[in-house]
Amino acid sequence: MALSPTDVSRIAHLARLELQPEEQAAMLQQLNGFFSIVEQMRAVDTSGVEPLYTPLSALSEVQLRLREDRVTEQDQRALNQRSAPAVEDGLFLVPQVIE
Amino acid sequence: MSTPQLIRGYEVVIGLETHAQLSTASKIFSGASTAFGAAPNTQASPVDLALPGTLPVPNRGAVERAIRFGLAVGAKVARQSIFARKNYFYPDLPKGYQISQYEIPVVQGGVIEFLVGEQKKRVNLTRAHLEEDAGKSLHEDYHGLTGIDLNRAGTPLLEIVSEPEMRSSAEAVGYARALHALVVWLGICDGNMQEGSFRCDANVSVRKPGAPFGTRREIKNLNSFRFLQQAIDYEVQWQIEQIEDGLSIEQATVLFDPDSGETRAMRSKEDAHDYRYFPDPDLPPLVIAPEWVERVKAEMPELPAAMAERFQAQDGLPAYDAGMVTQSLAFAAYYEAARDACRQPKLVANWLMGEFSKRLNAEGRGIEEAPVAPATLGALITRISDGTISNNGARQVFDALWSGEGSDVDALIEAKGLKQMSDTGALEAIVEQVLAANEKSVAEFRAGKDKAFNALVGQVMKASKGKANPALAGELLKKRLQG
Amino acid sequence: MSSPLHELGVAALSRALADKQVSSAEVTQHLLARVADHQQLGAFVHVDADAALAAAQAADARRAAGDASALTGVPIAHKDIFVTAGAPTTAGSKMLKGYQSPFDATVVARLSQAGMVSLGKLNCDEFAMGSANENSAWGPALNPWDRARVPGGSSGGSATAVAARLLPAATGTDTGGSIRQPASFTGITGIKPTYGRCSRYGMIAFASSLDQAGPMARSAEDCALLLSAMSGFDERDATSAERPAEDFHRQMLEQRAGATAAKPLQGLRIGLPKEFFPDALAADVNGAVRGALAELEKLGATLVEVSLPRTELSIPVYYIIAPAEASSNLQRYDGVRYGHRAEQYGDLIDMYKKTRAQGFGAEVKRRIMIGTYVLSHGYYDAYYLQAQKLRRMIADDFQRCFQDCDLIAGPVAPSVAWQLGAKSDDPVAAYLADIFTLPASLAGLPGMSIPAGFGEARMPVGLQLIGNYFAEGQLLHTAHAFQQATDHHLRAPAGF
Repeated sequence: MALSPTDVSRIAHLARLELQPEEQAAMLQQLNGFFSIVEQMRAVDTSGVEPLYTPLSALSEVQLRLREDRVTEQDQRALNQRSAPAVEDGLFLVPQVIE
Repeated sequence: MSTPQLIRGYEVVIGLETHAQLSTASKIFSGASTAFGAAPNTQASPVDLALPGTLPVPNRGAVERAIRFGLAVGAKVARQSIFARKNYFYPDLPKGYQISQYEIPVVQGGVIEFLVGEQKKRVNLTRAHLEEDAGKSLHEDYHGLTGIDLNRAGTPLLEIVSEPEMRSSAEAVGYARALHALVVWLGICDGNMQEGSFRCDANVSVRKPGAPFGTRREIKNLNSFRFLQQAIDYEVQWQIEQIEDGLSIEQATVLFDPDSGETRAMRSKEDAHDYRYFPDPDLPPLVIAPEWVERVKAEMPELPAAMAERFQAQDGLPAYDAGMVTQSLAFAAYYEAARDACRQPKLVANWLMGEFSKRLNAEGRGIEEAPVAPATLGALITRISDGTISNNGARQVFDALWSGEGSDVDALIEAKGLKQMSDTGALEAIVEQVLAANEKSVAEFRAGKDKAFNALVGQVMKASKGKANPALAGELLKKRLQG
Repeated sequence: MSSPLHELGVAALSRALADKQVSSAEVTQHLLARVADHQQLGAFVHVDADAALAAAQAADARRAAGDASALTGVPIAHKDIFVTAGAPTTAGSKMLKGYQSPFDATVVARLSQAGMVSLGKLNCDEFAMGSANENSAWGPALNPWDRARVPGGSSGGSATAVAARLLPAATGTDTGGSIRQPASFTGITGIKPTYGRCSRYGMIAFASSLDQAGPMARSAEDCALLLSAMSGFDERDATSAERPAEDFHRQMLEQRAGATAAKPLQGLRIGLPKEFFPDALAADVNGAVRGALAELEKLGATLVEVSLPRTELSIPVYYIIAPAEASSNLQRYDGVRYGHRAEQYGDLIDMYKKTRAQGFGAEVKRRIMIGTYVLSHGYYDAYYLQAQKLRRMIADDFQRCFQDCDLIAGPVAPSVAWQLGAKSDDPVAAYLADIFTLPASLAGLPGMSIPAGFGEARMPVGLQLIGNYFAEGQLLHTAHAFQQATDHHLRAPAGF
């Protein structure tokens, strides 16, 4: 099952990646190259098999560890915003958001 | 099921998705404070800001509140549930995905019951799941830019999803009010709608009776019951117009504008339909041991429904009254204290639902702030039932209590001279005077005109300047006239 | 000192520092000079000499005060995928040029608490995506054995620095082989621990269910010392294994029951998956690996054939799962809170698209596209879910093997290090070369690469050892026994 140029632009939009026309073409060819090695995987019968989302659950049941409800973080806004592209009054600035 | 009211021949179908902010001290995946109103981004920790290398660690308090809710609505609390990533780009969403629950939520099923007018209504819940709140976009102009405050990012939310079982905006509001009362009652949400602690999204569609569901439009972020009602009413009319004009309804996310009273489609999130959900690899399955559920169950407060039944059985209150006095934990506590002070449940309920609520609403205060203590109201009611004062007199005393003129019921009765005359001797004298002065009425009474008797009672009251105990006055008159 | 300082590994330096034969300041000075002399290797992306010297002096003071650990004063540098409060962290990406983290990664913090002296940050493939270090925005790292060849990746800078004797040790990360393969290509020793053994907090995420930190050094003993300090439970990582800290150095030295001086591996059963020795395996690699296996036999180990029937499938399975997780992990790079933001753009969406188009390199974009596609509506079950089910089958295959053997051995890579650029315009060819490291990554098992000998053009060949969950001690013990009997790991590239 090969991808079409429309698939590539749809995915690029979902991923918020601007692709120049020549990039689009190369990407299409590379993705199809990749998906050709994926086909063998799709053919395998995996009915009844539990997905292994986190590796250690192959060893035993893994249970999510929970934090106690305590405030442990202090304000360090200046430090956190050291690498921010655009800040004013402690707010991150972005182009007008239209809802 | 109540028979559906139709609007212009259409049945309205409403389902609600409610976001209740859980009342934890820290965020759902970080140790930052959830306090409202801090300076921008001062409560956004590296985890909340999605700084490179940060990882989420979930808050036990948030999970425990979800369990409490699940038990309260009779839902299944899943032994194992999964946190999933909901991927989309938005400036108030730092990670580029929201950690939520998708295929396997922590709370599954459940029911909310409430009254619409006198009628009982049951709405089934699909699910309730844990997720993190997003930040806020501040649109006030930063020279044409939007400012992003991520203090709210990571605040724990319980998203409560109902089945599409409401058939009018009134039912939707009834459901939302009942749900709001419940989460506040349970102490899992502060219920502050102005601060956005309790927000509703309404899925609305219309159809001809018996037809399959129509296409729904989702009205986002309704943070008052009034807006919920207005938005649904407008949306229903709008959809009917469309259909009547032969147009089809496109599935859409819409916003309600309180100023115009209208809904309009959102322009952002135009490709929000492909969220690419998948289990969050940073968070193994959430496992809730039965012992934990048992512990939470043991700590649960008596629920409003159970309490209302108890008040009907034990205090003989009508269902409606029982429902009213259990509208909140504070209200119910006040009722019980006042009832214990006077042992007159029905009278207490009457006062709370009448005079009392009227004033609270007028002054926009909660019962916690009522200037009259439960014991004091009890004392006042005792004086009504033992005949010391009339209802009119009681209302005057209540005025004085409310305004702070005094706090001792008996002292106020004295000071205002509201004590009814129950002294037989003095009353007999007045009765004699009245009979002497009203032979005409006496004659009419003897001729069988009962009206005349009331006139005589009236005269006695008048002569006693309203202080006569009407019951006693009537008795004495009868005795004299029949004698 | 008899031998030049840069020839000393971690353990040797630790002893020399303890015996006051040398000070941390001297070693640090010496290595900083070497780093400066060998800049053209492209191993480092950031060097902070002043901070390093200050840390060295602090370490010497600590030794003088008598509260030194084995690692106090030993120099190291960190793969630029670990965030550091002191130095910029870029993950080899233009997206994070000059990014300053407010905190240190847990692994970095633990090693500095142990008293290690960080010289700076090491080159790597962008967001750890690559197997040649040619995907770094800051240029490639070169293989000191032949500068026309790649050092492997993604921890290429770490491998180059250790192999070129610029450092006794470095940190690396391994998602699909990024510690083991560069270790193999540069003739050093590296271990990828069991998933959950080292905290991922502060490790810039590539694929969260696969990423693991580990040490890269010149011997199993050095790796044991480092891993003991790096690993352990961290409450900031919900996938961190709740296990007590372990002394891997002690475990490494422990004698096996029934072992003798001549046969330290007596009774050890080493499984050889037949799928790890396909016809396609380069003859020189096969030869070196077989030689190493014969050596292990001499030391008392017995070799048994086992099977990992889904070895080939691990390539598509990995290249579905890793990009899927990566596509989501990299959504945070949007130019809003930190990192690159495009100069010119129209609306918000345009800002996102241009920022990410400019900030990410070609391979990262490819993997974001793959990952976004396989998670997108209508494809999830066919790709992501199917891959995760096969992942379970692959993990089960390993457990079946471990019924017949104590650990598994084979090549790390199908060939020795290739020429720069050889695979750079054929991404799929590069993916295929990961075939032997991916299975253990998918299962979350610990894996090592130790120098096994040399192949074509005198390029190093690595032997891969794979253990069961949390069996790092056994891996290190076996590797150490091998290195006591062989000298491949002691060979330095000509001119270093």
